[in-house]
Amino acid sequence: MQRCLASLERGFLTLEVSTSTPVVEMRTITVRFPGVIANDNVTLDVYPGEILALLGENGAGKTTLMNVLYGLYKPDEGEIRIHGQPVSIANPNDAIKLGIGMVHQHFMLIAPFTVAENIVLGVEPVNVGGKLDMDKAIHDVEELSKQYGLVVDPHARIETISVGMQQRVEILKALYRGAEVLILDEPTAVLTPQEVDELAVIMRSLVRQGKSIIFITHKLREVIAISDRVTVLRRGKCVGTGETENTTQEELAQMMVGRKVVLSVDKEPVKTGDTVLSVQNLHARGSRKLPALKGVSFDVKAGEIVGIAGIEGNGQSELVETLTGLRKATSGHIYVNGTNLANSNPRALIEEGVAHIPEDRQNRGLILDFTVAENFILRNYYKPPFAQGINLDYRKVHAHARELIEEFDVRTPSENVPVRSLSGGNQQKVVVARELSGEPQLLIASQPTRGLDVGAIEFVHRRLLAQRDQGKAILLISLELEEVMSLSDRILVIYEGQIVGEMTPDEATEGELGLLMAGGHAKRGLHSEGSEQSGQFRQGSAELP
Amino acid sequence: MGSNLTDITIYIALVVSTLRMATPLILAGLGGVFSERSGVVNIALEGIMLISAFMGMLISHFTRAPWLGVLAAVVSGIAVASLHAVVCIKYKSNQVVSGTAINLFSVGFTGFMLRKVFEHAGQSPPVPKVADWTIPLVEKIPVIGAMIGKHTPFVYISILAVIVSNFVLFKTKLGLRIRAVGEHPRAAETVGVDVFTVRYLCVLLSGALAGLAGASLSLGFLSQFRENMTGGRGFISLAAMIFGKWTPYGTLRACLLFGFADALQILSQTLGLTFIPRDFLLMAPYILTMAALAGVIGRSVPPAASGIPYERQK
Repeated sequence: MQRCLASLERGFLTLEVSTSTPVVEMRTITVRFPGVIANDNVTLDVYPGEILALLGENGAGKTTLMNVLYGLYKPDEGEIRIHGQPVSIANPNDAIKLGIGMVHQHFMLIAPFTVAENIVLGVEPVNVGGKLDMDKAIHDVEELSKQYGLVVDPHARIETISVGMQQRVEILKALYRGAEVLILDEPTAVLTPQEVDELAVIMRSLVRQGKSIIFITHKLREVIAISDRVTVLRRGKCVGTGETENTTQEELAQMMVGRKVVLSVDKEPVKTGDTVLSVQNLHARGSRKLPALKGVSFDVKAGEIVGIAGIEGNGQSELVETLTGLRKATSGHIYVNGTNLANSNPRALIEEGVAHIPEDRQNRGLILDFTVAENFILRNYYKPPFAQGINLDYRKVHAHARELIEEFDVRTPSENVPVRSLSGGNQQKVVVARELSGEPQLLIASQPTRGLDVGAIEFVHRRLLAQRDQGKAILLISLELEEVMSLSDRILVIYEGQIVGEMTPDEATEGELGLLMAGGHAKRGLHSEGSEQSGQFRQGSAELP
Repeated sequence: MGSNLTDITIYIALVVSTLRMATPLILAGLGGVFSERSGVVNIALEGIMLISAFMGMLISHFTRAPWLGVLAAVVSGIAVASLHAVVCIKYKSNQVVSGTAINLFSVGFTGFMLRKVFEHAGQSPPVPKVADWTIPLVEKIPVIGAMIGKHTPFVYISILAVIVSNFVLFKTKLGLRIRAVGEHPRAAETVGVDVFTVRYLCVLLSGALAGLAGASLSLGFLSQFRENMTGGRGFISLAAMIFGKWTPYGTLRACLLFGFADALQILSQTLGLTFIPRDFLLMAPYILTMAALAGVIGRSVPPAASGIPYERQK
């Protein structure tokens, strides 16, 4: 059997072990969106009892393809067969009836509902009188949970449980509907390394019990570690499929991106200068008025990248907002070049040389309906050369924009198009270009590569390192542990609004960082250089023997 | 005046007045609960009530059968609500704007029709109203019987509607789906719940309930239609829904409280409350609602998807 013929050129592929019929056969699937072909003649097979990784960059069409299988999109062309029978899947109900279950990247859970209510929604057990039978629902959930080793509390409300448990609820939801084929869309994106390991164990045990899993990802390591076979998509096309054990990360990366990629980041040795940012005992409240930062202290020196690792929602957003003047600090100091700028307004911070790449580029980083040129001057539109009295000198604005477009390789038809029409990667280039063009002394980069493809990630990483090598101080906040580990010169771990540990990337392992991120303690002593002014740094190590 | 307070009849009057004032609020408020729980803001309740009050009166006038009038009120409530539903659900327009348009339309429409049909402005001639119900046995109990033993049917219907609504919303699979659709419609759709059908159903149901509320005004408490006779009750019922945290029983309690404030105001003379200006008593419901919205009495969290039109992917 050969499939995904386009991939023959790649050399790697098409030995099929299994002689049984595939559970799922997707044949020559084409999906067209206005102006884009999201899936172009894609073919994919899933065999009983296997984990198939569906690999590709953002926008390669992985999720689209799976939404077709789950009945959320109608393909313009192509055929789907389940157990060899051609089927038509018009909506999720059809998919569910055919034994297909999907765990979406953004969980489809109803926050105020209980675990059991979420699991039975749509296929609720009822009493004779038409009354919802929640006792049976809870019983069924407990049974299922035991059978597959997916620990959940059926009575707990979704909003009160961990992300890991939410994911188990999603998997149980599919199993409750009798799913034989589980589609997991980027299931590891929200998990700590420990939770990823747990998930891998769960996935293995599910396939042992006869289920098949399609595992969507863009993380090469996970493909190698978890999957039996892999299918690679690039720009909507299938570019290869085959046994995981016959391939390597490098080969997969090249197929995924379409050119050779350097996976590791090369760094010059760190040469630090004076302290640029010094945060001392910073406290701030979150949007629900609860304390979000509880005494955060750290320094960032010129010429170094300090990375903050942590699980989403542990105070990262509040920290960035407090440092950039968007959130009020309840107490503590923020020294930039020796001046306390806590609770200054954002403009004062900009004037002091603080640049900010916000985590949400579409809401915070850009004004989407403004042109590219206008977005480039958001930091300094009020100053010459752009401002001339009460006028804006649009000739200068446009000239400035053309320079930056050139320098940062922003792919845009011109500087006059609304930034909304650019791709995510190019939007991020606009933000990065604007923030770096002001010659900042301190750059606060919050999740600078979120949602970008490999090429754009490479670009952003190179720019950040270039800034560091020019002697800028950089604070990097990221949920991607790999990113923090590869770029940072020092890594701080944030947990529940406190810095609970500090490590250098050489001594840190993902396991240890993961433990700290989850509120555990590292196995060995933590570094605490530069922590003299505060006890907070030692918090993690204080418990150690 | 003080001696009045020892007279039991004053308390009976207070309870009777409270129930009378609360009834239209309860019915319309339940309509609001269903609509918003499914994710559609329905500020058109006011206008739906007004049109229904008029249509109910009209049919009762011509047929001399008040219950046919009630049926007409419910049907016209559903009809007006279906307009709101199509505009909000199918065409995904702004739900507040659509509701406002219906409210403005209803005032003009009923005023115009009143003149057209009866050649009379201000109010319609008297029409047959639905007869009061007496509850056997209960009616005989001293004091209690006088308080709750004999009322217009709408009073009992509204209480019954609260019990049924609560059961439907919280004890049936339909209710679970309604709440799911109002919180996270995409999640509901991915498990095969038809978001649009659920929303249409709920908005039409809210029209039916607001229709009943309208009928209670023109065929229950009065026996005629008066221009703008709803007098903001549709909005107060929404306030009661918010005050009651989008639950049927909470809405019932809020409506009774608002009804009680109204009753106090009506009976303020008899009660010897003249030292409080009546306007203050009239203001009470609104001030309480603002306090509720500001979070004074616990947080009042609306359904997460309320007011947001749902679009299927692609």
